[in-house]
Amino acid sequence: MMYTTEKTTVAGGVGTSADRPDGTPKVQGNFAYSSDLSAHGMLWGATLRSPHAHARITRLDYAPALAIPGVSAVLTLDDVPGVKTFGMAVSDQPVLADGIVRFWGEPIAVVAAENADDARRAIEAIVVEYEELEPLVDPEVADERDSVFRRLEIRSGDQDVRGEVVVEGYYETATQDQAPLGPESGLAIPDGEGGVDLYVATQWSHEDHRQIAASLGVKDDQARVHLSGIGGAFGAREDVSLQIHLCLLALHTGRPVKMVYSRQESFAGHVHRHPSRMWYRHEANRDGTLVRVEAKLLLDGGAYTSSSPAVIANATYFAVGPYRCESVAVDGVMAKTNNPPCGAMRGFGAVQACFGHETQMDRLAAALDVDPLELRIRNAMGPGDRMPTTLQEIEGSLPTKRVIEQMRDMPLPPPDDATHPLHLPGGTGLTTDEAHVARGVGYAVSLKNLMFSEAFDDFTEARITITPVGVEVETAAAEVGQGLITICQQIVRSVLKMEHVAVTFVDTSQIGSAGSTSASRQTQMTGGAVLAAATELRDRVLNQYGGDDLDERGIWREGELIVTLGEMTDRELATHHVQFRHPPTEAPDEHGHGNLHVDFAVAAHRAVVDVDTELGLVRVVRVDTVQDVGKVLNPRALVGQIEGGIMQGVGLAVMEELVIDNGVIRNANFTDYLLPTFADAPEVMAEFIEEPSHFGPFGAKGAGEPPTISSTPAVAAAIRAATGRPITRVPVRPDDIVGL
Amino acid sequence: MRITITINGIDTEADIRGPESLLTLLRDELALPGSKNACEQGECGSCSVVLDGDVVCSCLVMAADAHGSTVRTVEGYGDHEVLHPVQEAMLDSGAVQCGFCTPGFVVAAAELFDTNPSPTSDEIREALAGNVCRCTGYGAILRGLEDLSANNAIAGDQTP
Repeated sequence: MMYTTEKTTVAGGVGTSADRPDGTPKVQGNFAYSSDLSAHGMLWGATLRSPHAHARITRLDYAPALAIPGVSAVLTLDDVPGVKTFGMAVSDQPVLADGIVRFWGEPIAVVAAENADDARRAIEAIVVEYEELEPLVDPEVADERDSVFRRLEIRSGDQDVRGEVVVEGYYETATQDQAPLGPESGLAIPDGEGGVDLYVATQWSHEDHRQIAASLGVKDDQARVHLSGIGGAFGAREDVSLQIHLCLLALHTGRPVKMVYSRQESFAGHVHRHPSRMWYRHEANRDGTLVRVEAKLLLDGGAYTSSSPAVIANATYFAVGPYRCESVAVDGVMAKTNNPPCGAMRGFGAVQACFGHETQMDRLAAALDVDPLELRIRNAMGPGDRMPTTLQEIEGSLPTKRVIEQMRDMPLPPPDDATHPLHLPGGTGLTTDEAHVARGVGYAVSLKNLMFSEAFDDFTEARITITPVGVEVETAAAEVGQGLITICQQIVRSVLKMEHVAVTFVDTSQIGSAGSTSASRQTQMTGGAVLAAATELRDRVLNQYGGDDLDERGIWREGELIVTLGEMTDRELATHHVQFRHPPTEAPDEHGHGNLHVDFAVAAHRAVVDVDTELGLVRVVRVDTVQDVGKVLNPRALVGQIEGGIMQGVGLAVMEELVIDNGVIRNANFTDYLLPTFADAPEVMAEFIEEPSHFGPFGAKGAGEPPTISSTPAVAAAIRAATGRPITRVPVRPDDIVGL
Repeated sequence: MRITITINGIDTEADIRGPESLLTLLRDELALPGSKNACEQGECGSCSVVLDGDVVCSCLVMAADAHGSTVRTVEGYGDHEVLHPVQEAMLDSGAVQCGFCTPGFVVAAAELFDTNPSPTSDEIREALAGNVCRCTGYGAILRGLEDLSANNAIAGDQTP
């Protein structure tokens, strides 16, 4: 059959601010998050946790819990049929306590009961006696005792090089929490044949699946992990929390089991951003050329491995920032202690290092009596330069100089003459005397790797099907809120010229891994897979039918429609599946050298703060940024990532800190762990540099992490400028400003 | 104990066990999971509902105390055909990412605009300072509601 008609002009393609398909249900309140799920005959699970940072369990009697009417099961490590430990890279954390508890909040037993109240009562009824052990909580002591997860010693260039001007500093960053608003939660449903389906909010369903199947001792196809609605992640959902527990309870009871962590449990139940201690020495020539950086970075990984080895590697590799330097000696140490386990959080090691290297660059500029941005521009690393630590040559784009120059040229805001108390550091508490408000401006620049590094086999799968009504994309990639779902739609629309694109998040049995939603990787990895699959599918279909164009109407040849989508009945022809990899990376040699990373992004931030110098209060007025994004795929979503990332960086700069006292978290709730609110939110002006990545759909780079990295030191620098105080630790406390 | 609440215009009877919150009642007993359970301590606003005309954190209200009250949850704004102007404004500006805080923002913002159709930026910030968003940094939420405020001001000027 042959038709003559108008071709489709597709809307919502790459470069547009396409709408999120999940936006309407989310504003209506009927988007199903993992904590909203239920099933007929469902039980509720709960977790008994250690009140001690380090103790031996001398008695555990759960008979009183089982005696409570409505309690169906109490499980301990003895009830784990398969591998009794779990973990991503290293399986070292007991599924339930193995007789020793090694951190505050470590799970000891799990229960299932008819309702949540009964489950909580059962937890309280379990009798546990402990012999308390001395917790190891000082990472420096851990370092001395060689209680570490990983050490790196990077020596690059001539170690005898010395500069004419030297600055040294010691810096600390506190433990930050991702605090996704959606609590850890899930629903496990037994299939009646020894298998189980788990519906859960996670960043990486296939990695969860691997660990679940191992601990359950079931065949791979007997456990299926389904992505449920995810209420934010930021790294907190990369590790297993309640996944194995839920599946154990469901298989043990033969009934669906739901579990939802309370906020306090959530703080205990997921990893945090590593606290750091950093010693730095920068040496430069009088002309401002950075010639040597020495540093020791000590991060505290807590009790179990999680992703700590990769985090300390990142901190160490990025210890110098986006600058050339001919001589480097950087030691990275990841301590193993009895503090709460730390792991992935947005920025992944680069955040801590950036606070160190950027404060050092400001100190160096002061010592040289040069403009701090001029110093950075003079040493800016770009394509063809080598990373000062790993000696990897920068391939593709890295517009370090441009992001700094463009940020420098952005207009500064006028003095704030608004009368509303929200514009004063003391806010509506009306504590601030305007005579004591000082304004400061500070700058920082960051460098981050994109996607997984160090020879990890990083791949993602995607399947695309042309249907009579449009296109279906199937993936196991986690949409955590960042907007990957929209990016996938936009890429397919642009390639296939079809507007109606449905993205379906399928379970682990239906497709291979998409990898983790982390490391700023899904736009380049799943986006790249979708681009490859759509392109190959289009070419195959056109080749089969002898067409020269394809759109929502069908296949075209020389301006005439020759086959409609409805007539394309060959399902095999209309489906394409890809397994997509980024170019391989290398493992580091003994000096920490090698082509370890596949791509990089730089960002520059400028913060403007008003400081109440009498009370030590800070209002972050605005944070402006220029970010290297490769190509803007969705401007509105990109601004959303940047503003949200900056807010988390501002949070670390001025308020967010998990207070850990001898291993015990003292502020595991939203009353005492302060999150930035509307009253704390700075204005943000964001500009983008579009220099295409050598690897990324349409030249795009991942954009999620850079906003969180240099925003923190920029705010700290602004406070330093306003007060003249050293500001060597974040979050900055009133005491650090007032100097009592 | 049996209680009666008017929820989103519908008279609803419920049996309560005793100490549970209005949030638990809505989510677990009445199949209204739009109100979210993020902190259950009254700090984040994700569970915001309107109780007899006031925006409250439903996690801090005993279900028993809501007996005889009128409650409006996020499910009570807009319908299948037409969204509430606040919902439209938030979608247009990209104010929704993970969306977990969104129901609370919709409820709090809708009540603000109900009493003040053209709030200033500072009034928007202050009215929503009890709602935590972890994804957006608040910029897109502010822009959406500022646009709605501006449109309302124009519409108000044109009203004879």
